[in-house]
Amino acid sequence: MTKSELIEILARKRNDIPYRDIEQAVKTLLEQMSESLANGERIEIRGFGSFSLHFRPPRVGRNPKTGDAVSLTGKYVPHFKPGKELRERVNERYDATDGAS
Amino acid sequence: MALTKADMAERLFEELGINKREAKELVEIFFEEIRGALEGGQQVKLSGFGNFDLRDKNQRPGRNPKTGQEIPITARRVVTFRPGQKLKARVDAFKGEAQ
Repeated sequence: MTKSELIEILARKRNDIPYRDIEQAVKTLLEQMSESLANGERIEIRGFGSFSLHFRPPRVGRNPKTGDAVSLTGKYVPHFKPGKELRERVNERYDATDGAS
Repeated sequence: MALTKADMAERLFEELGINKREAKELVEIFFEEIRGALEGGQQVKLSGFGNFDLRDKNQRPGRNPKTGQEIPITARRVVTFRPGQKLKARVDAFKGEAQ
């Protein structure tokens, strides 16, 4: 499912809300989530999961072309931890359909 | 302070001019549709933000950390998130103390 498919589905489910508003809502939600993480702020959505930043310490890397050592500064990367409901729903359906042990 | 669904509904209310109840419901179904797609075995690709992928894990040996007793970790399907280039670049630029 892509962002545009998500917008289509939401618009079909809520045809009482103008399409433009649904489209803008999805874009605004993703922008706000990105802004939060870009400011070092966590996101906590009960039943879905939480997003936080993980620190990657400075390291010495290599230029793949020349093989020269380059020192890379530490940085943060986004991390997602699925919430209980999401974990269970994804796995229950999998157990039922694929007959995994 | 962490970003929550209430903050998101508030912003939709302020920026889109939809009413508070609709804003709250939109936030709710936004996350519910993503959960539903993943539950149905579908990958979710949100360009500019990132992808939610599914990974099937085989059974592997595990241990109860308290008792040390060996118990297998059963085969399962898990959700992983791969941030997109744009989100990675924005977070990379963050220089403070993360929460």
